[in-house]
Amino acid sequence: MKPGLFSFFNRVGAWVLLLFLVTPALIAIPVSLTPKRFLSMPQREYSLRHFQKLFTSEEWLSSFFQSGVIALSCSALATLLGTLCAIGLWRVSSRYSELVRAFLLLPLIIPQIISAMAFYRLWIPLGLLDSYAGLILAHTILAAPMVLITVSASLATFDPKLEQASKNLGASNWTTMRRVILPSIRPGVFAGALFAFILSWDEIVVTLFISKYSVYTLPRRMWNGIRENTDPTVAAAAVILIAITLIAFAVSAVLSRRNARAQAE
Amino acid sequence: MQALNRHIHPGWLIIAPLLLMVVALYLGPILNILWLSVTDPEPGFGNYAKLTEGDALIRIVWTTVRICIITTVFSVIFGYSIAYAMVHCHQRQKTYMLTLLLVSFWISILVRTFAWLMLLGRKGLVNVTLEDIGLVAEPIAFMRNELGVLIGMVHYMIPYAVLPLLVSMQSIDQRVMDASRNLGASGSQTFWRVYLPMTMPGLVASTLLVFILSLGFYVTPAVLGGGKVLMVAEYISVQLLVTLKWGTAAMLAAIMLFGVLAMLWIMSRFMKLSTVFGGAAR
Repeated sequence: MKPGLFSFFNRVGAWVLLLFLVTPALIAIPVSLTPKRFLSMPQREYSLRHFQKLFTSEEWLSSFFQSGVIALSCSALATLLGTLCAIGLWRVSSRYSELVRAFLLLPLIIPQIISAMAFYRLWIPLGLLDSYAGLILAHTILAAPMVLITVSASLATFDPKLEQASKNLGASNWTTMRRVILPSIRPGVFAGALFAFILSWDEIVVTLFISKYSVYTLPRRMWNGIRENTDPTVAAAAVILIAITLIAFAVSAVLSRRNARAQAE
Repeated sequence: MQALNRHIHPGWLIIAPLLLMVVALYLGPILNILWLSVTDPEPGFGNYAKLTEGDALIRIVWTTVRICIITTVFSVIFGYSIAYAMVHCHQRQKTYMLTLLLVSFWISILVRTFAWLMLLGRKGLVNVTLEDIGLVAEPIAFMRNELGVLIGMVHYMIPYAVLPLLVSMQSIDQRVMDASRNLGASGSQTFWRVYLPMTMPGLVASTLLVFILSLGFYVTPAVLGGGKVLMVAEYISVQLLVTLKWGTAAMLAAIMLFGVLAMLWIMSRFMKLSTVFGGAAR
């Protein structure tokens, strides 16, 4: 199609929309620099006191720590289970395995409020409410489908003949998995691990239901701050989160570029 | 073991851990909730009958559906525009656009909700700016009403709307459009009669995806609605955490769940589900 007037206006509109998507979050930056004790835009004066408070407050630091522990454990567990499962589904590839795959994607699409209800319901009798194990398990179930998707995407480009060749040359199943399959799907595994980490790090709905006092993750503390709507420390935390997002994004961009290069070779 | 292997593919062995975990810890309690919806507080369809008694529940369901439809319409139109621009521009510009899209996708929902709180409040940046330049005399009420909820939700859903559309538009053969132009169709005719129908699968997938995600959306409506806009997700959470009424909450969850599953089924007829989410995850 010839790039007409319509196309031009549409492109301008698209840019405006894309900026609309990204810029609102940036308001956290000026708000976090306010010298006042309440949420406000700074007038001429700036101060870092809320960042100082963020990094000296035991509550916020422990939330950062707890979220980190939970997200790392969830990412490790989801990556392990998800990768194994993806390889299994890829090797079976029958009508049943496709059904199982569709079923395993459900936690990603079923509304989080329903997942939250389900975990809450089961965690009460299991005594997992308000515990690290409870949060890690719940987040792992939500995050494993992500890993399944990214690893399956990597497997789709993997040549099954390589596996055959490895076995014909006398390698055991385990050796084939470790030395042939895993290295070639590494980008998918890394991407899955990263997504699982972010999902857990950012998860709030399920967390609201299954945590109370002893486990208080970062999103939970931010949620509280947002609800109370007074303390600018939330703004400082938001700025830190935006910075972490940008760093994670850069890492993933580098990874996917490396992935593309590996596939081109 | 050998005999077993002949009947069952050994691959199932490594599928089993995740499968068993999801069945036991996820499917189990969800079925339990469905069960609760017809047994708590007493067996029967009493919970479902509540929908017809009085209009409080119906109003909540209707608010939810209405807000979800409006959100979906706007998100998909905006998403279509973005996806179209991305497919029809230079590689370099496309990379920048994709970066912006994905960054917004990755920014924490809490950070975004917080940002809207700062922007849309009575003394928020938007109202202050509008008053400063004299456009409005009174601050506009963006929050604690449906307008605020809609702004926050559309903002969150646009990236989800774009990704299936992008997948679908990228697979279209440009030569078809050239053929249409060569045969004498105008640009707008080509768009409405050739391009739009060809992107229909992506459009359906994107519409249903956004609608499904909107249905269960909790964070933004709860904060920007400020208790004035009550949607199903928030009502469920109040029922469970404050009034401890599992029956009603389970009934609403069951309806939502069946609605979502029905839409997924429709969606799977238009597009491979893993493509939709594969795109979403990337």
